[in-house]
Amino acid sequence: MRTFHVRKLRAAGLACIAALPLASGCAVEPWVKPYERDRLADPIMSWDRDPVSTAYMHHVYEAREGARGATGSAGGGCGCN
Amino acid sequence: MLKKMLGMAASLLLASSTGAGEISGPAPNFTLQSRNGEQVSLEDLKGQVVMINFWATWCAPCRKEMPHLEALHQRYSNLGFTLLGVNVDKDTSGVEKYLKETPVSFTVLLDPASKVSELYDVVAMPSTVMVDREGNLRYMHHGYQAGYEHEYQAQIRALLRE
Amino acid sequence: MTRFAAVLAAVAALAFPAFGGVLPEDRADVLFHSYDGGGVTIQGPSLLVRKQFADKFSASANYYVDRVTSASIDVVSTASPYTEERTQYSVGLDYLHDSWLLNLGFTSSEENDYTANTFSVGVSQDFFGDLTTLSLGYSVGSDEVRRRGDSAFSAEVERRQYRLGLSQILTRSLMLGLSFETITDEGFLNNPYRSVRFLDDENPRGYSWEAEVYPRTRTSDAAALRLRYYLPYRAALHAEYRAYTDTWDITADTFELGYTHPLEGGWVIEAKVRSYSQTAASFYRDLFPRSRFQNFMARDKELSTFDSTTFRLGASYDVLRAGWRFVERGTINIAYDRISFDYADFRNVIRGGAPGEEPLYSFDADVVQVYLSFWF
Repeated sequence: MRTFHVRKLRAAGLACIAALPLASGCAVEPWVKPYERDRLADPIMSWDRDPVSTAYMHHVYEAREGARGATGSAGGGCGCN
Repeated sequence: MLKKMLGMAASLLLASSTGAGEISGPAPNFTLQSRNGEQVSLEDLKGQVVMINFWATWCAPCRKEMPHLEALHQRYSNLGFTLLGVNVDKDTSGVEKYLKETPVSFTVLLDPASKVSELYDVVAMPSTVMVDREGNLRYMHHGYQAGYEHEYQAQIRALLRE
Repeated sequence: MTRFAAVLAAVAALAFPAFGGVLPEDRADVLFHSYDGGGVTIQGPSLLVRKQFADKFSASANYYVDRVTSASIDVVSTASPYTEERTQYSVGLDYLHDSWLLNLGFTSSEENDYTANTFSVGVSQDFFGDLTTLSLGYSVGSDEVRRRGDSAFSAEVERRQYRLGLSQILTRSLMLGLSFETITDEGFLNNPYRSVRFLDDENPRGYSWEAEVYPRTRTSDAAALRLRYYLPYRAALHAEYRAYTDTWDITADTFELGYTHPLEGGWVIEAKVRSYSQTAASFYRDLFPRSRFQNFMARDKELSTFDSTTFRLGASYDVLRAGWRFVERGTINIAYDRISFDYADFRNVIRGGAPGEEPLYSFDADVVQVYLSFWF
């Protein structure tokens, strides 16, 4: 009896894991194609065009305000390679 | 059951998740306008080894790859090799400006409507597809990292010898 | 068991496709910064160099100096104006492996009464056709607090920061960013020179000063939402909201709206508005009723209830468009920020008046940055 349940569980587990790649990207087609990233690759669309200037302003605020953290973002851009 | 899944996973792994690999099947035909205004069709190039490279002016690895593509064109173009640089910029005016600063002598085709990009299911920028003399797809590359040009060269020579 | 693991490994590779990513661009920046407000002037340079090598690495280094001349309200109320210099060095290394980007960093800041060292590590990965970027970061810092004129005084602060970021491309023209950061501090968290004031009939002024006492721990949580939108005529709009709360009962809201507009001839103009408001720490008061009123007492205006509003204007001009030797591109930039601080429960004791009835404090600051950026 026990071995039957274990086999069923294992099969269910494997099915879930095998479905993962479908859930994680193969079935979800990127709706912005790599060749449609021209606008996102434009320097004016960068989250942080001037890192030295941004770092300085964050320091100006952090030294005078109580709040701190959650100040940056990554990603976007051309998505090349 | 498990072996079947392993096999499927392995073949999917090879085909889609690596940066390069072998592909098969006839290369879909297309006709695009070149930067000089003439219409160029892929099927007119049967008998030649064709390398189709998808690039854009806004893509940094594409720009890094350019001199290597020019070198391949200069070396093999009179041995039966044709390089087609398919540009995917939506705004084609920027292409001429870029090519003025970085001139290339191989054929540059313009695909602002992304017809051929969709047809060839481009999943990375840049992308390169090798087509043999009989018009069949043989190799593909996703992205560009330093050293890829050696692989391109090896594949071109192998296809030229067929 | 081994077959199960093999499937797991194959699936893990599928879920994270092995396409590559890109390293940050090579660049060098030279910045001159100037802050003038509330009786404080701070000026100095900030230099940054970033270079790729071996196709997989990008190294960066930053040198930053603050030259401070301070006659701020806190200083003038309880002490005398001073000048000091703070120097900060940072180094960083980015490593690209397939589509994983790993980052290591070290920052060291030194001034005559404060040393701060921070190690940080971060990793980011692109998913779903590079439309989604997930990033994680962790920093650990160790500070030494000293006091001028009191060589026997030495205290420590341990800091830990945990960051989570998610960036999502929504459309061809719109990007969304979410970031979360939790920071924990432990140790001597107040300023060794700052004092609190309390009502004191025995003092002709009506009040006296005594040392601040802060809790030895502080944990804060911040969550931010960002949007960046490409306008069809080639311009960019960005909006940001950040919510903040911590164990000292400080809550803060930050709103920001910005507009970037490129013009013909290589110019880029930028305008930005930022609105910040916070509520005071639970142990903050401008005036305590008596000496040693409670366990923790603070009168640092940074922990009070206040608003700050910033208007920013910036301009950038493309010089060296055709390049010069190994330099591909260069820009000269200038930015001006006007920040207004308005305090709701911090009073200007210099102005005089009955204790607790002095006018509320407010001041404006002018921040100017002039910098050159080069890409090679």
